Amino acid sequence: MSWGSLDAFLAMGGYGLYVWGSYAVTALAIALEVWLVARRGAAA
Amino acid sequence: MREPGDDAGAGSTVWWLRLASPQAFFPLAGRMIPWFTWLAAASGAAGLYVAFFVAPTDAQQGEAYRIIFIHVPAAWMSMFLYVVMAGWAGLGLVLNTRLSGMMASALAPTGALFSFIALWTGALWGKPTWGTWWVWDARLTSELILLFLYLGFIALKAAIPDPVRSDRAGAILALLGVVNVPIIYFSVQWWNTLHQGASVSLTRAPSMAAAMLAGMLLMAFAAWMYSIAVSLARVRAIIRSREREMAWLRAQRAAA
Repeated sequence: MSWGSLDAFLAMGGYGLYVWGSYAVTALAIALEVWLVARRGAAA
Repeated sequence: MREPGDDAGAGSTVWWLRLASPQAFFPLAGRMIPWFTWLAAASGAAGLYVAFFVAPTDAQQGEAYRIIFIHVPAAWMSMFLYVVMAGWAGLGLVLNTRLSGMMASALAPTGALFSFIALWTGALWGKPTWGTWWVWDARLTSELILLFLYLGFIALKAAIPDPVRSDRAGAILALLGVVNVPIIYFSVQWWNTLHQGASVSLTRAPSMAAAMLAGMLLMAFAAWMYSIAVSLARVRAIIRSREREMAWLRAQRAAA
């Protein structure tokens, strides 16, 4: 799969909002969980 | 001499039963975390590479389908973790082992996280393909109930200060909720839903391109490894706080 340009990659064929909205929120949620667990581990 | 709170596991001559005691499991979990973390990172990176640079554009859905690489693994994980959580909870109910309830508690937030991710990515996928963020159909509704079961389990356990009673009440709720998992899984067959049927099943060839399937399986593997790593880290924190007055942890703190 070759995208040609960064713009094309970010646009995701017009579905950029949906695709990146999915990946970004997933990444944030996982980062939040890792942070919470690390904090809990340090506090306990 | 046996300490108060030592369960059968600690003194057992069967090695895997000995691991069922928090005291023995605590250092073992600590040693396993880095391995599962690296496996999760490596398979996640490989999965993302396949998802965005190898898997072709879908003929019907264009690039919107790329949400599948998180949506399906997250949905699988949310159901699987619930079964494992209920299994640990049930084991604790039957065998009265201290570690079981802690394991169930450690899995619940990660299960809730994956349910949320499945619902969130589902909404973002539904909008461009179905024209709506949400419908009250069987698959979506039963997955939402799964999220509420996880949250209810966490809230119930948090509301009961005594750990033994808390574990017991949580176990009963977890076991009652298990009934929801097959409902989610088979909902697309039992009811006429907007949600599509399974693209991957054990009984027939997958209805998708090999690269798409490979990306999805890599991401599913990453989700597994991540879940194990983060649950082990959480169970260690739970063991630390629940057993803080026990001799073995006091000795460890004194040595540190």
